[in-house]
Amino acid sequence: MEDPSGLALLGFGPEGWGDELLRGAWVTLQLALCALGVGLALGLLLAGAKLQRFPPLAWLAEGYTGFIRGTPEFLVLLLVYFGSEAALQSGFAMFGLAAPFEMPKFLAAVLGLALIFAAYACEVFRGAYLAVPSGQMEAATACGMSGRQAFSRIRMPQIWRFAIPGLGNLWMVMLKDTSLAAVIALDELLRMAKIGSETTREPLVFFLAAGALYLMMTAISDIARDRLERRARRGMESA
Amino acid sequence: MAGYSDLKYAASDAVCGLVQPFTPEIFADSCGRFVDGFWVTLELLILSCAIGLGIALASALARVSGNVLLAPVSYAYTYVFRGTPLLVQLWIFYFGLGGLGEEALGPVLWAFFADAWAVGLLVLTLNTGAYVSEILRGGIVNVARGQMEAAEAIGMSWFLAMRRIILPQAFKICWPAYGNEVVLLAKGSALISTITVMDLMGQTRTIFARSYNLEIYLYAAVLYLAITGTITVLFKLVERRLSTA
Repeated sequence: MEDPSGLALLGFGPEGWGDELLRGAWVTLQLALCALGVGLALGLLLAGAKLQRFPPLAWLAEGYTGFIRGTPEFLVLLLVYFGSEAALQSGFAMFGLAAPFEMPKFLAAVLGLALIFAAYACEVFRGAYLAVPSGQMEAATACGMSGRQAFSRIRMPQIWRFAIPGLGNLWMVMLKDTSLAAVIALDELLRMAKIGSETTREPLVFFLAAGALYLMMTAISDIARDRLERRARRGMESA
Repeated sequence: MAGYSDLKYAASDAVCGLVQPFTPEIFADSCGRFVDGFWVTLELLILSCAIGLGIALASALARVSGNVLLAPVSYAYTYVFRGTPLLVQLWIFYFGLGGLGEEALGPVLWAFFADAWAVGLLVLTLNTGAYVSEILRGGIVNVARGQMEAAEAIGMSWFLAMRRIILPQAFKICWPAYGNEVVLLAKGSALISTITVMDLMGQTRTIFARSYNLEIYLYAAVLYLAITGTITVLFKLVERRLSTA
């Protein structure tokens, strides 16, 4: 039987690589969604650290975001990957366990991407927090709301509204950054394309196919972001 | 160019000799590699920034011109380059196009695609060009429409009005966003180490592969922070000048 070539390489079934690529794209999506969840939580924590009144904690948060925003994502990812492995190994060694420990690649990638995402997200959250006029909070207290009530009923819903455009941008950036995980050999989309191209010696077909799948994912995200923004703005006057 | 590389070697020797007494042994041992990589990163950054700005300007003008042929081409260019990861773009050009072989490419293209540095520069330039084009377009659109009409009413051509009236204001609006993009480009340039270019990241990974010492990555981070920090400060300085002018 003749080996498939060109576009036939991207078909499904045992001969084609279409299913492998789609499986890679699925890992890419999982990776991005997990990192989004962790990154949002960390970002809120960091924003809280910057907005509270104890200066050393705020400086720490500033230092962290400054470091991440000035260091290549690629470097951060490698540092997290090798660093977490070394940290866990020495942690195990403290308990007398010398077993060679390997950091799960998916976990390392989620952690790395989330740490990067959080550094940018916290600025978005802080901006959104400050965008809610303080008069509204005063009015809420004047109406007899407790501080917590005013926060959860007045401030929080509006923080989301102000934060959504910025977070949407960060999601697109992170979706594309998941491709860096291919370098630590996590079997996501780009890595599957690389394996395919090395097996068949048709790199152009495979990397173009991966590029097209990434473009599809960002295009869908773009539409979703638009909808979400419009929903968050509903009832507000249009600028 | 020989004089230029001699100058670089001399500078790298001088820097390493100077910092040697003050730095940890592991850094001092690989200082030459760090500095070599630092130069490569800096050169690529400056070149891709300069050429990319030209491409971005052409692309943004094509887009706002509303020309039925040029505007869609510009739109497709920015859409594709902003919608796909830089790493994928690098691999499409270097492994994909470069992998087509000498026969398919012809001698000139083959010589180009065999040179990882040149391919890296091309992809970085096209990538940043797409992002900056979008920033510039946003700036141009945000300059009040009446100004273009007024300029044309007093007899300026579209290009003249762009050059004298619209673009100077658009640049001012775009400046902070452009500064952010240059920082992102500096960080993104680390990815060219995956196509065998020995930039700062490439050298760092080589040193790390030999010593397996995590500190190496921290020294690289400090050097990158120096680059991105300098960019940020320079842009802030110019921004202050722009806002008073």
